[in-house]
Amino acid sequence: MIEEILITARDNAKVDPYLNIWTWEISIYLFLGGMTAGMMIFAAWAVLAKKDDLAPFASNKLALWAPIVLSIGMTTLFLDLEHKLYVWRFYTTLQVTSPMSWGSWILILVYPVAILQVLSTLRAGYPKLAQLAERLPLVTPVLDISESQKRRIALASIPLGIGLAIYTGILLSAFSARPFWNTGILGPLFLVSGLSTAAAFVLLATRAHAEKLLFARIDIGLILVEMLLIALFIVNLTTGSEAHLNAARLILGGEFTLLFWGWFFTLGLVIPLLIEILEVRGSRLALVTLGPVLVLVGGYLLRQVMMDVGQVSTWTQYESQYDMQLLQRLER
Amino acid sequence: MQRREFLKLSGTMLATAAAGPTLLSGCSQKRLPGSGQVTTSPTICNICFWKCAGVVYQEDGKPWKIVGNQQDLHSGGRLCTRGTGGIGAYQDADRLQTPMLRVSNKDGQYFRKASWDEALDYIAQRMRSIEQKHGNDRLALLSHGSGGDFFQTLLQGFGSYIYGHPSYAQCRGPREVGFALTYGEEVGSIDRTDMENSRCIVLIGSHIGENLHNGQVQTLSEAINKDATLITVDPRFSVAASKSKHWLPIKPGTDMALLLAWINVLINEGLYDRDYVARYTQGLEALTEHVQPFNPEWAYLETGLDPELIRTTAREMARNAPATLVHPGRHVTWYGDDTQRSRAIAILNALLGSWGCEGGFYIPEKVKLPEYPIPKPPPAKSDWKKIIQPEFPLSPSGISQSILAACSGDNAHIKGLFVYATNLPHTIPNSIDMIKQAAQDLDLMVVIDTMPAEITGYADVILPECTYLERYDEIRNVAERQPSLALRMPAFEPRYQSKPAWWIAQQLAKRLELEQYFPYQDYAEVIDWQLRQVDSSLTEMKTLGVKNFERKTAMYFREGEQIRFRTPSGKIELYSKTLEDNGYDPLPKYTPPQQPPNKFYHLNYGRAPAHTFGRTSNNPLLFELMPENAVWINPLVAKDWQINNGEYLRLQNPEGTLSNRVRVRITERIRPDSVFIVHGFGHTSKSLRLANGVGASDALLMSRVLVDPIMGGTGMRGNFVTFVRES
Amino acid sequence: MPARYAMVIDTRTCIGCGDCVVACKTENNVPAGLNRDWIVEATRGRYPNLTTEFRSERCNHCSHATCVYACPTGASHYWQNTNIVLVEPGKCTGCKACIAACPYDARLIMHPQGYVDKCTFCHHRVARGQDPACVSSCPTHCMHFGDLNDANSIVSQLLDRRKSRALKPETGNQPNVFYLS
Ligand SMILES: Nc1nc2c(c(=O)[nH]1)N[C@H]1C(S)=C(S)[C@@H](COP(=O)(O)OP(=O)(O)OC[C@H]3O[C@@H](n4cnc5c(=O)[nH]c(N)nc54)[C@H](O)[C@@H]3O)O[C@H]1N2
Ligand SMILES: Nc1nc2c(c(=O)[nH]1)N[C@H]1C(S)=C(S)[C@@H](COP(=O)(O)OP(=O)(O)OC[C@H]3O[C@@H](n4cnc5c(=O)[nH]c(N)nc54)[C@H](O)[C@@H]3O)O[C@H]1N2
Ligand code: SF4
Ligand code: SF4
Ligand code: SF4
Ligand code: SF4
Ligand code: SF4
Ligand SMILES: [Mo]
Repeated sequence: MIEEILITARDNAKVDPYLNIWTWEISIYLFLGGMTAGMMIFAAWAVLAKKDDLAPFASNKLALWAPIVLSIGMTTLFLDLEHKLYVWRFYTTLQVTSPMSWGSWILILVYPVAILQVLSTLRAGYPKLAQLAERLPLVTPVLDISESQKRRIALASIPLGIGLAIYTGILLSAFSARPFWNTGILGPLFLVSGLSTAAAFVLLATRAHAEKLLFARIDIGLILVEMLLIALFIVNLTTGSEAHLNAARLILGGEFTLLFWGWFFTLGLVIPLLIEILEVRGSRLALVTLGPVLVLVGGYLLRQVMMDVGQVSTWTQYESQYDMQLLQRLER
Repeated sequence: MQRREFLKLSGTMLATAAAGPTLLSGCSQKRLPGSGQVTTSPTICNICFWKCAGVVYQEDGKPWKIVGNQQDLHSGGRLCTRGTGGIGAYQDADRLQTPMLRVSNKDGQYFRKASWDEALDYIAQRMRSIEQKHGNDRLALLSHGSGGDFFQTLLQGFGSYIYGHPSYAQCRGPREVGFALTYGEEVGSIDRTDMENSRCIVLIGSHIGENLHNGQVQTLSEAINKDATLITVDPRFSVAASKSKHWLPIKPGTDMALLLAWINVLINEGLYDRDYVARYTQGLEALTEHVQPFNPEWAYLETGLDPELIRTTAREMARNAPATLVHPGRHVTWYGDDTQRSRAIAILNALLGSWGCEGGFYIPEKVKLPEYPIPKPPPAKSDWKKIIQPEFPLSPSGISQSILAACSGDNAHIKGLFVYATNLPHTIPNSIDMIKQAAQDLDLMVVIDTMPAEITGYADVILPECTYLERYDEIRNVAERQPSLALRMPAFEPRYQSKPAWWIAQQLAKRLELEQYFPYQDYAEVIDWQLRQVDSSLTEMKTLGVKNFERKTAMYFREGEQIRFRTPSGKIELYSKTLEDNGYDPLPKYTPPQQPPNKFYHLNYGRAPAHTFGRTSNNPLLFELMPENAVWINPLVAKDWQINNGEYLRLQNPEGTLSNRVRVRITERIRPDSVFIVHGFGHTSKSLRLANGVGASDALLMSRVLVDPIMGGTGMRGNFVTFVRES
Repeated sequence: MPARYAMVIDTRTCIGCGDCVVACKTENNVPAGLNRDWIVEATRGRYPNLTTEFRSERCNHCSHATCVYACPTGASHYWQNTNIVLVEPGKCTGCKACIAACPYDARLIMHPQGYVDKCTFCHHRVARGQDPACVSSCPTHCMHFGDLNDANSIVSQLLDRRKSRALKPETGNQPNVFYLS
């Protein structure tokens, strides 16, 4: 028998009894960041592939939502900071070894391009809004220029979108201290999931039947790829070091098994996959909106699962000999 | 361990959303410790009685830290965990703040705040009335710690000589009596063990490491560094056992059998120090004959220890002799035959020739420091020891529970009791009823404490003493390896209305016209006067803190030196005529301990390095280190009972007394026939806001007290408990 | 060559007393409820064949400090090019990336102010030529501190002479707290 315990009370906030530094704020941010990326990519693709007819929403309307969604994500990211007044410190330096530093600069690059994407499609997508905006000085020439550069803007959006989505994965996978995160697959996985949630967004938002079918097909493909990546992710963990194996155990019979397989995998991937397949096959189910909603839920759950399991997975784990609640008495 | 669950997710979201975004908070540049205005002053730690010298640091007028005094050989210049946490005693928000008087109204009794004048007048007036009704010899003192001496002076001046310390009948009394009977001298505090030079150390129970007496710990680790052989006899895999070459996981209460077997091996294999034994001891023949039946095979049946292991360890001791120390232990009130067990240990050491030899027991020396001249107190009107502890003629000291017992009944000898710095309900086993009765029957009960400990609840008057960091006390002058003096002086102003013991005693003396026993304005004058007698001064000591002096005498016996021991025979008495004459066994005998009833376990207890008894359980710094005690349970037992690690349950003794709820620690480090808890927890005083209700009290479970027939010690190890599940 | 500071702790004499923990708390005014160091007890075997080891643990001041690399602002940094890892509160956003990046869970968020705080190897003492507070308090003298780049330092000598190990070297962080056995 091995008994390894802490014999001095240790109750460091957010570290004990298990790491709990990041909660919903970061999950939301990762989720919305991935979705933003997907939106930018689809919007750009629609422009470049000239899908105005087949995919009117993606071509002209989708772009508007990217900066909005991203802004919400960045707000929750800000909410997570413990030292909020010092947020500007992100932008006084570029720390080359820090994915988070890269990420904050990527966001700075993504924002203007996402806005340009909006401007270049605004008149076509939201004419009323454009009219309103054009009452302001300078807006008309700006819209004119943007529209003229539409393809260039779209071209720039794709790599930035991919960068943003992959970065949300790399942010986590770069942490060698968290075995559950520490695999190369999180980047692609988050990219695919970001695309899938963006596709689901289109499915919910568009009224065009053809676009629905198109994006349902796309989403089915994406979900299948996502499942494949998850399989790879697990293979990766289970063939890794002891620490990685322990991390894998958390979702393979461990305490997060239900969360991972029951909620995320089944509810967030399998069921929407089935619904979308049915839809593509033409069955007129009342459930059609449920499919994309579940994809969104699944997209969020993926981040939440990663957040929770990743933080619990660790190299060192000691049990405390004492009831840490007692330390609250110190606030007498 | 609790872990996040999926369903908690929504909870977290709600909670955080409700709390709103975290405040936009900033922070100023963090200042490095010690970059402000730093001042220091010397102290002597009072968190236990080892008396390490330390230095108190303040930064910008605020308490910062206490560290060891580098010049202090007594503590190796370092404090222990509890000493380092000493600042918490000063900071404790639950300290006693003002004097309190017990008053009654129609709803019953309660304490109310009182001024010092009021409280002291009240005490003086009660003392006077006791004197008038019963005589001036009817007051007693139970104390632990140096401040008690001021009250002893007061009471002696008054005419009362009755006093006792729990460090005798609840602690080291048996070993002092056992060693005095054998060598004519006590071991004394601090223990005169020469461990840093030992080649072989035998620890019988003594759990140095958890028992954090600084000098003991440091010299033991020095011995480990020098590759000395450690042999630890303990039913629990103690810290010391984990450092030992040989761990003897003895069946509880059978140490005497092992000791006799060791003596048997040493004698029968001719391994004892013939020269030493011939020169210094008497009684070998009787001893030889006495131990014949007690061979290792016999001992195996009692102790469960492999006979070969008993032989091997005996030979190992002999090989390293005389630099072999069979440690005398310290808290030795275990099974009621404790003086005799201490005698066996003393005898074993004599056979190894370790007493007075390097690596065994050194000869301690202290500074010849004159006492401040005060008048001799009046002669005693009665022989209190004959009156209250007649059954223990060989006991040189007051026996706390006998004193307590003499406080109740119509014919009680004691009418007024002072309790200084000892928390009797947790200190004397099975004493609650005695204390309650005494509180009923006494005309006066005064408790002088720093904390609202349980004992304060029984007092008529509670007096708040300031902590050691806020007062002068006697100069430290202990007999040890290196004579030295050390100063305790106030580092801080006393908080609230607390006052030092010397001041309280002096103020009472004034009211009783006994001021001649306290002829000074400030106790600092006494210290200064005494220091000047040895070419120092208070001013000098305020900067030094500690002053070391040359030894004047040898630390060990010289080769072939003739020595007259202070025993009746002038020899080391392997065979004790004194015991025989008083009707006790002249040579130690083994009595098998009582076994626990079915489903019960030996209640084992001891120290944890983070705490001193119950006096630190409310100290915020030490509470934070170790907030509760746990009950150690062997995995086999846990399996039987289907008990889980970390769950809470209660312990119950055969009389049905239930402990507080206590956390379970399942560990291989305890025998399956025992459970272990750290002493000092399970407080019931609501005013101890950190410690109240936390952990189990060993004391409150001790219904079976095995009184030592020779010196009156309260053997505490014969108790049993079972588990009661929380429903 | 900048110093490579290391702590070498002898588990043969460490008794798990926690003095190092209290000394750190008082020296560095660590707020109630937070700890920069802690004691682990590891017991192996079955009664009565047992071993027990005590380890005083803290930040390992890794030569390859993943916490420093993860920090987006440079608030986590190496002190004066040594391996002592510090946090500069004025640069810290409280993003907690460094906490996640420490494989030893050796960092802590210091409430209420919101920046990350951690063991500093008591650089304020080291700068004055003193040992860290924990080292200089240890009653068994089982803790040692010094520069591994100095072959004569006590830590270099102990690591030369005695068998030692660091915690989980497989993290790749190159920890600099060593345990003698
Ligand atoms: N069940 C059980 N009983 C035991 C023991 C055991 O292990 N188990 N151990 C025994 C041993 S070895 C001993 S030595 C005794 C110790 O017995 P005690 O010395 O009685 O033990 P404490 O619980 O520390 O009680 C000390 C009291 O003094 C107060 N105090 C602390 N500092 C000061 C001060 O500076 N001034 C004043 N006026 N008061 C102060 C504390 O608040 C506390 O109420 O207990 C013995 N009794
Ligand atoms: N941290 C800390 N240190 C202290 C104190 C403190 O309060 N806190 N108090 C100080 C004081 S006043 C004293 S007197 C000393 C007491 O310290 P010690 O003299 O060391 O006390 P013991 O009763 O010998 O120690 C308890 C050990 O005895 C073992 N034991 C139990 N039953 C038996 C048995 O039947 N046989 C044998 N061989 N062993 C048994 C237990 O498992 C435990 O390991 O500690 C001193 N040091
Ligand atoms: S051994 Fe520890 S608690 Fe006791 S006097 Fe020394 S420093 Fe204080
Ligand atoms: S102070 Fe020393 S002996 Fe005590 S736990 Fe810390 S390292 Fe170990
Ligand atoms: S132990 Fe953790 S906090 Fe310390 S330097 Fe290494 S990675 Fe950073
Ligand atoms: S919490 Fe502070 S120190 Fe840690 S990574 Fe973020 S900015 Fe750097
Ligand atoms: S080195 Fe200093 S900061 Fe680090 S644990 Fe030790 S005392 Fe604390
Ligand atoms: Mo004691």
